[in-house]
Amino acid sequence: MAYAAGVDVGSTQTKAVIIGEDRRIAARSLMETGSNVVRAAEQAFAAALRAGDLREEEVEFVVGTGYGRYKVTFGNTQVTEISCHGRGAVHMFPRTRTVVDMGGQDTKAIRVAPGGEIVDFCMNDKCAAGTGRFLGAASAALDIPLSELGPTALRGERPVKITTTCTVFAESEVLSWLGKGKKIEDILLGVHQSIAMRSAGLLRRVGVEEEVTFTGGVARNVAMIRTLEERLGVRLNVSEESHYMGALGAALFALDHVQASRAPAAAARRAG
Amino acid sequence: MANGDSIVGRGNAEGARLFREWFSELTDAAEAGRGGAYVFVMGSVAELLRCFDFPIVFPEVNSLQTAVRHVAHEYLDEAEDYGYSPDICGYVKADVATQLRGGRLPMGRIPKPALSICTNACNTYIKWGEIWERTQGTRAFTLDVPGSRAADLSPVRGDVALENDRRYVLAQLRELIPVCEEVSGVRFDIDRLRESLGYANTMNRCWARVLELNRSRPAPFNALTDGTIYLGVSNSLRGTEAGARYFVDLVEEMEYKRDHGIGTATDEEYRLIFVGVPCYPIFRRFGELFTEWGGTFVNSTYLSFASGGANAAFEYDLERPLESLADGLLHSVRNAMDSMFFQTDTLLRMVTEFAADGVVYHPIKSCRTVSTGLADTRRAVMERADVASLYIESDMMDRRVVSEAQLKNRIDAFFEGLASRKHQAAAS
Repeated sequence: MAYAAGVDVGSTQTKAVIIGEDRRIAARSLMETGSNVVRAAEQAFAAALRAGDLREEEVEFVVGTGYGRYKVTFGNTQVTEISCHGRGAVHMFPRTRTVVDMGGQDTKAIRVAPGGEIVDFCMNDKCAAGTGRFLGAASAALDIPLSELGPTALRGERPVKITTTCTVFAESEVLSWLGKGKKIEDILLGVHQSIAMRSAGLLRRVGVEEEVTFTGGVARNVAMIRTLEERLGVRLNVSEESHYMGALGAALFALDHVQASRAPAAAARRAG
Repeated sequence: MANGDSIVGRGNAEGARLFREWFSELTDAAEAGRGGAYVFVMGSVAELLRCFDFPIVFPEVNSLQTAVRHVAHEYLDEAEDYGYSPDICGYVKADVATQLRGGRLPMGRIPKPALSICTNACNTYIKWGEIWERTQGTRAFTLDVPGSRAADLSPVRGDVALENDRRYVLAQLRELIPVCEEVSGVRFDIDRLRESLGYANTMNRCWARVLELNRSRPAPFNALTDGTIYLGVSNSLRGTEAGARYFVDLVEEMEYKRDHGIGTATDEEYRLIFVGVPCYPIFRRFGELFTEWGGTFVNSTYLSFASGGANAAFEYDLERPLESLADGLLHSVRNAMDSMFFQTDTLLRMVTEFAADGVVYHPIKSCRTVSTGLADTRRAVMERADVASLYIESDMMDRRVVSEAQLKNRIDAFFEGLASRKHQAAAS
């Protein structure tokens, strides 16, 4: 079987996905991007190969995506993560028409056509408020691991109002609420609601059309899912693979190339 | 007639030469201690000011030149150190720093403001004029040009509101003339105005023709990059013989290119329309982000509003120069304002007439006037036409809010969508 791969080099983490001709995920990997972007891409791809017990020669085409897509030096071409998240989301949830992707420094609202093509998109500009980085700041300020933020926030009953528009100042605001004696759960619920409000604004700019699929690393956060659903008034599709959706979309684009390159050969065989 | 080799690219080369000469003259005037008339691209009344031998200074053009030459941040920092907020228009702040530096700019030196004429096309113009008035005792004159009452409203001669507006503008011009005489020491000569209006007629007519010729496929010029050079001449040499000659030659060049199927330097895969003000801090690179994908800007609203509505091709009646100048000012400035505030129908027409594949909206932090309505416009155009659009934000001056990586990401995704549309259209 032929394989195709997508490598998504994000601002904080690098993901690699390898798929077979049946479009199923054969292997995947995830690691911190760190300061050496080229190496992160290579290592993520190598880790995915190991996880799938595959050899590099078996992967016929590699698409790089994410901010570091041009640093996937072994890749064959690049596609933006906007197109890749759209493609990946529609692959996982075929009735998807709107995608919200929340990553380390970007939140994207993407409207897609039935085939996964991008109709419109919108992203946060110049500021990381409303992205995963905002949660990172809260995690640091409250000394709670990222993985615990969601469950803790869901225990909140009286959410505080986070008003700052700056991730750096948000940390100070969180601390000031602590100083006023607010419960950590209520502060965190307020943080999640603040991000949900900003993300919903982006989504409304492109138009919220159901079904809505939530992708990116932050989609693993249960409180983020809940607050965003409440804000939008719709249910969100969330996949176990949400974190890998960009890399999956890239792998699907890579598979298109593999199949397109075979089509002339197959036609020639049929003609012969 | 010139041969093809000498025609193609002439507009860019000659435009740059004329621009250098203009600045050289401004420098000479500054060194001689002469005062200048400071005006803005929307409603410059350059045709009238030529009658008084004023060195004409366009602060907007000076400011954007600091960005194109990658020194805008030095000027912005200086103005902010002086006390201006980061949120104030970058053009204003670059000028504040220029004045603090005695008029020194990378291109030369500009005369001090002896007179400023500020139309209401942008409210910042008026506040800007007040700065010179306060700090340098400049004689300030506000020219209030009534805007359109509604979108696509084209009142004809005889309409009561239009006639009132015409009289109102004419009365202001009659007030302005003695002010110009007093500041310049030169008596008004209506024949000089007639001559200047004649040159402006040629420029207006040719400007409209140049824009129209870009409907050809491939488009003879890139409205974002080449168009900005033509625009510079349109403003700085408005109402001059050299300006008129330049535009006659430019029409010849564009017709030659159309007749010979010569497009811009890059292959034209996608025809685009630009809405807003260019990203001057990375001007060349900004253009490349589109041309690398085969995107050519075939038209731009900038070429309308920043030409002061010259694209409307108003023809002055040389038999009644002053009255006609008032008519033209009303018509052109109103057209410039409409191309910012009532864009939807104009854009829809452009999309059809120029066979555009996409519209790129570029709101900028510095300018609320041109940026505020873009989100609505985009939505309205998308509802009425099946045309792809891209909404990217940066600034025309301040590199602190220009993120090339973010811009590239969005532009790449836009072209991926365009490619997908094209693929689907071909398949069906």
